[in-house]
Amino acid sequence: MTVTTLTRQDVVDFLYTEAKILDEWRLMEWPALFTDDGTYTVPPLGDPEADPTKSLFISHDNRARLQERAERLLKKEAHVEYPHSTTVHNYNNILVSNLDSDVITVECNFTIHRTKREVMDTFIGKHTYELVLQNGELKIKSKKVVLHLDSLRPHGKISLIL
Amino acid sequence: MDQFIRDNVEKSEFLVNRSVFTDREMLARERAEIFNKCWLFIGHDTEIAELGDYKRKKVGGRNLLFVRSQDGEIRALFNTCPHRGALIARENEGNSRVFRCFYHAWSFKNDGELVGMPGKDGFPEDFNAEGTKNMKAVKRVENYRGFVFVNFDEDAISLDEYLGNAKEYIDLVVDQSEYGLEAQGGVQEYSVRANWKLLAENSVDLYHGMPTHKTYFDIKQAQDPELKNVKLEGEGVELDNGHAVIEYIAPWGRPVAQWTPIWDDELKQDMERMKVKLADRYGEERADRIANYNRNIVIFPNLVINDIMAVTARTFYPTSPGYMEVSGYSLAPKGEEETHRMARNDNFLEFLGPGGFATPDDNEALELCQEAYNNNEEVEWNDISKGMVRGAGNAMATDEVQMRNFWRQYNARIQESLNKEKEVAQR
Repeated sequence: MTVTTLTRQDVVDFLYTEAKILDEWRLMEWPALFTDDGTYTVPPLGDPEADPTKSLFISHDNRARLQERAERLLKKEAHVEYPHSTTVHNYNNILVSNLDSDVITVECNFTIHRTKREVMDTFIGKHTYELVLQNGELKIKSKKVVLHLDSLRPHGKISLIL
Repeated sequence: MDQFIRDNVEKSEFLVNRSVFTDREMLARERAEIFNKCWLFIGHDTEIAELGDYKRKKVGGRNLLFVRSQDGEIRALFNTCPHRGALIARENEGNSRVFRCFYHAWSFKNDGELVGMPGKDGFPEDFNAEGTKNMKAVKRVENYRGFVFVNFDEDAISLDEYLGNAKEYIDLVVDQSEYGLEAQGGVQEYSVRANWKLLAENSVDLYHGMPTHKTYFDIKQAQDPELKNVKLEGEGVELDNGHAVIEYIAPWGRPVAQWTPIWDDELKQDMERMKVKLADRYGEERADRIANYNRNIVIFPNLVINDIMAVTARTFYPTSPGYMEVSGYSLAPKGEEETHRMARNDNFLEFLGPGGFATPDDNEALELCQEAYNNNEEVEWNDISKGMVRGAGNAMATDEVQMRNFWRQYNARIQESLNKEKEVAQR
């Protein structure tokens, strides 16, 4: 398998590419980074291991939903993001594990700034990715976003893809 | 400004002066006349199911501890040490028989009684004989079918009387379940950079549904082309004491007990079985109402219960005229099957909450209102007359009668205090 040739730098470049796609509002390229059974979840604040049958998540998307999320945000009627906000996704402290196994685990801290109407909100937290190789390309099997915020105040919403 | 509402039934015009959304003096008056006197939602009793369970809550601008004490009683203790005032409980939730203030190590039973203090010999023998050094509790705490409210006015009418005919609608929400509702974990704490009354209005405003939430309806219609044929038909109703409701046909799946084609067939059978059970319990008509109708309920001043594609309860409080703190709960039948719960939570997240496909757009709409109130000097009045021409009792759910009812109650309370001040000034 080509897995053995994959380097840490390939994984880091993949993450930075995702960040760039999101910041440049090329949102239709974002779902394409996921496997068909890919998931995107944002657990409740302060409870990263919450059970989705007992707790309300902020996002709990399967592949179809994350596609809808991206499509919606590109519409003019996604009022909260029209005109588009400006975002900066920074990924730091990237730790890559299991580089030579079928599922690569990546953890990184993130800082995401969003500005619109002269107001800036900052989201901080940790991403955990499970990545797999499909036809020689890295794909996201799961992306979990743990926000390190006490509450969504003053942000009030998560209208962008973290 | 003492005429901030213009209620002209003859002309079918109802206006609200925009200063009420921006004026600091008005906020102070709201705190005194509304938040200090009305019943305010603190939480659901299932949040503190076990003896000793507690949660920190901010209600009506106070720091409270919502606790089920060892005697089984639900209390709302002021989270402040009687000694020097420090916040006693610092964790957001937990289970404890004792609360201990770290500053001077005074400790209190979870009913608030002072039980320990270092250096007792420095105080008189009978220190706290009158209980004045116990943690103080909110005197009025009352529960209606799991919804617990507090009132800072000791002379307030009972919660039961206050809710009045709004209880009928709360019952329709709670009766979805044989065993009652429970609050799920993950209470959503967010904010809106807008005046709190705009959220009360928006929560029973079906008129904004289509234009504001078109992207959501696009998604639903792609999932189920039949949806186009369902109109958002129903009625708007004025209830007692400023409460109001819109009740309308649900154009989407309801986990009790209306199936939608995006769910699998197994769920269809389950929903049908559930509907039969509801009919056995309550008769066909009520079962139909519970399963196939949506309800958005405003309990004056700041509780909204939306029984829509899932059940959400929201409460909110202003920290300034242009900023409110919101707490959003998801309520679900106790003992709900896991597959149903997942369908419910999927439904919830697709529309509701700070990461949903609709709530952020509501948030944006309210913030745009607030931002544009910079024009208040020249552009003074909001119009909420829609449906007034139809006459009392004929309002559609997409009309604005429910908002007018909120504002009439608001006006009555604020005017009463203004009149009292005038009387005093004239004396």
